[in-house]
Amino acid sequence: MNLDLRIPMGLMFLIVGAIMTILGLFTRGSVIYERSAGMNINLIWGVVMLAFGLIMFLLGRTSDKRVAAEPVEGTNRPLGGRGHGMGH
Amino acid sequence: MDLTIIDWLIMLLYFAFVLGIGFALKRFMKTSKDFFQAGRSLPAWICGLAFISANLGAQEVIGMGASGAKYGIATSHFYWIGAIPAMIFVGVFMMPFYYGSKARSVPEFLRLRFDEKTRAYNACSFAVMTVFSSGISMYAMARLIQTLHVFDSLFLKFNLPLGWIFHFAIIISAIIVLGYIFLGGLTSAIYNEVLQFFLIVAGFLPLVWVGLKNVGGWSGLKAALPVAYTHSWRGMTNAHNNPLGVEWFGLSMGLAFVLSFGYWCTDFLVIQTAMASDSEESARRVPLIAAVPKMFFPFLVILPGLIAIATTTTTQHAMLQSAPTLNTTAAPAAANDLSDPTKFSKGLIPAKVNPVTGKVMTDERGHPLLDYDLAIPNMLLHYFPTGILGLGLTALLASFMSGMAGNVTAFNTVWTYDLYQSYIHKNASDSHYLKMGRWATVGGILLSMATAYAATSFNNIMDTLQLVFSFVNAPLFATFLLGMFWKRTTGHAAFTGLVSGTVAAVVHHGLTLPADAHPGIHGGWITVVHSYPSEMAQNFWTAIWAFSVNFILTVIISLMTKPREESELVGLVYSLTPKPVEHHMAWYARPKVIAVGLIAMLIALNLIFR
Repeated sequence: MNLDLRIPMGLMFLIVGAIMTILGLFTRGSVIYERSAGMNINLIWGVVMLAFGLIMFLLGRTSDKRVAAEPVEGTNRPLGGRGHGMGH
Repeated sequence: MDLTIIDWLIMLLYFAFVLGIGFALKRFMKTSKDFFQAGRSLPAWICGLAFISANLGAQEVIGMGASGAKYGIATSHFYWIGAIPAMIFVGVFMMPFYYGSKARSVPEFLRLRFDEKTRAYNACSFAVMTVFSSGISMYAMARLIQTLHVFDSLFLKFNLPLGWIFHFAIIISAIIVLGYIFLGGLTSAIYNEVLQFFLIVAGFLPLVWVGLKNVGGWSGLKAALPVAYTHSWRGMTNAHNNPLGVEWFGLSMGLAFVLSFGYWCTDFLVIQTAMASDSEESARRVPLIAAVPKMFFPFLVILPGLIAIATTTTTQHAMLQSAPTLNTTAAPAAANDLSDPTKFSKGLIPAKVNPVTGKVMTDERGHPLLDYDLAIPNMLLHYFPTGILGLGLTALLASFMSGMAGNVTAFNTVWTYDLYQSYIHKNASDSHYLKMGRWATVGGILLSMATAYAATSFNNIMDTLQLVFSFVNAPLFATFLLGMFWKRTTGHAAFTGLVSGTVAAVVHHGLTLPADAHPGIHGGWITVVHSYPSEMAQNFWTAIWAFSVNFILTVIISLMTKPREESELVGLVYSLTPKPVEHHMAWYARPKVIAVGLIAMLIALNLIFR
């Protein structure tokens, strides 16, 4: 399929992560974190989601470029990935 | 529930991305193969995550949290021995036949291996089940949205009656699921299942983290709960000694063998994702990849149930009480009175309240009933502040939708290929079937909505439907097992065996009854000849009976009927098909090596939580 899922998925996690991180920055020390055991969970988890989104997005972009760079040599056999269990 | 604009934003973003993926995929949908089979071109890891996501619908997430709260860590048997061995088996042994036979669906495989009538029977029963299951998912989601008061503030703002929330939830979910499947077919469904998988992890992992931290870590959780809650095998030698009410034989034969293999190895709902992958090797790897996260999912969906029980509620935030209490002016009453539901709640689990009287509902012995289904929703509300609460709710909604979507894509494929193309309109052009698939999606969603509404007017319809499904599903695995591994099995035998297996399940259910239940929907409606310690034990034994009757009858009838030519069965039966070669793969990528690794991990987990 020609759409690499990692690109939209990475974007979504980037945006949601950014929203949560910014919210977390503005609500430092707020009483709303009493319920989450005193942790600023928006800030912490927002950063985690940002990181995950970025990795996904970059992976998607690089594999997209690789596919565009080398024209498929008349084979649609996806066995080419020899060994890396993830396919692409 | 007090949601802020941030929570709404996160939810809206998710819906925008879900539909956006559908739109982006639309231009790739050129043939019916693109639409129904994702062009058989997806990488193994995507299909693998979709493989478990398809199963991770609403009932699963809410239900596993509920069982966690009710039975403890023993619930993880449903994930460990109740799924992993079957997933390994389907990957290593069965996938070459599904993928290699070029069948486009599981019923079509039955036609290739056996005959037309076996396929017709399986296709019809499967199509009906998928529509009903997606309707049940839809109903459960609308109910939960109602109970959680997600849309209440929105409705009050626009002066709309709160009674419309149920309809609104049904219509919104129908439009979104319809939208992205209509546009992008199975690819869209699979992509969104993967997205939903990561969302569930992103939403539930911090929930478990915060919750565990609050109750004092794993050791604090262990200290706060009865011993049986944190040990999965304690008391399994005798059905009366453990909370599930099942002994090890019923558990391993009924759940681990018959039910789990029947589901993971034959249900097109999950198999369709593996069949969408880009090669036979990928297809074999799909269930094996899926098994890894599956193994660790108990920590995401079951553990919150345990934490919910252990959480002390001295600082109650916006905790939900069960059911909309119509009678808010419950009279202040004496100590043991049932009109004060908060007194009977356990941790974050509220007592079930009768909506008419406002009193706590009790079982036959006078113990109050707890509403375990609220374990996960209450955990979200208790531990999550605004912001991440939006993420948690989105994860929950996402799980409802992908449960529906998997059913709908399975339905449109089976309807179009196995019923419409085979019996109604043969030899039409490919674009005709593509169009049919799109309209079958619309039809499937409309039927699901009808089911959801039927569930609102008939209380028992959900239980009844699930009971009927279990009768139809229970004997299935015997047919596939014999079909794939014994070349002598014949079509007449398979068909008769399947039907009699279902009859056996019905009869067994009619003759037995779980303890503490009245004859009726729980069984015993013929006469009671045996009584089981729990409903679960009864389910497991119903499955064992159905499987055995099917197995024995299929063998006997096969020996009496004429087998097919061996040359016709190449690619369909184990002994007549060349074994898939693995030696060109790196050693760690070989399915058998992965399988052994998975089994080792499974044993380790069971030892840790014995």
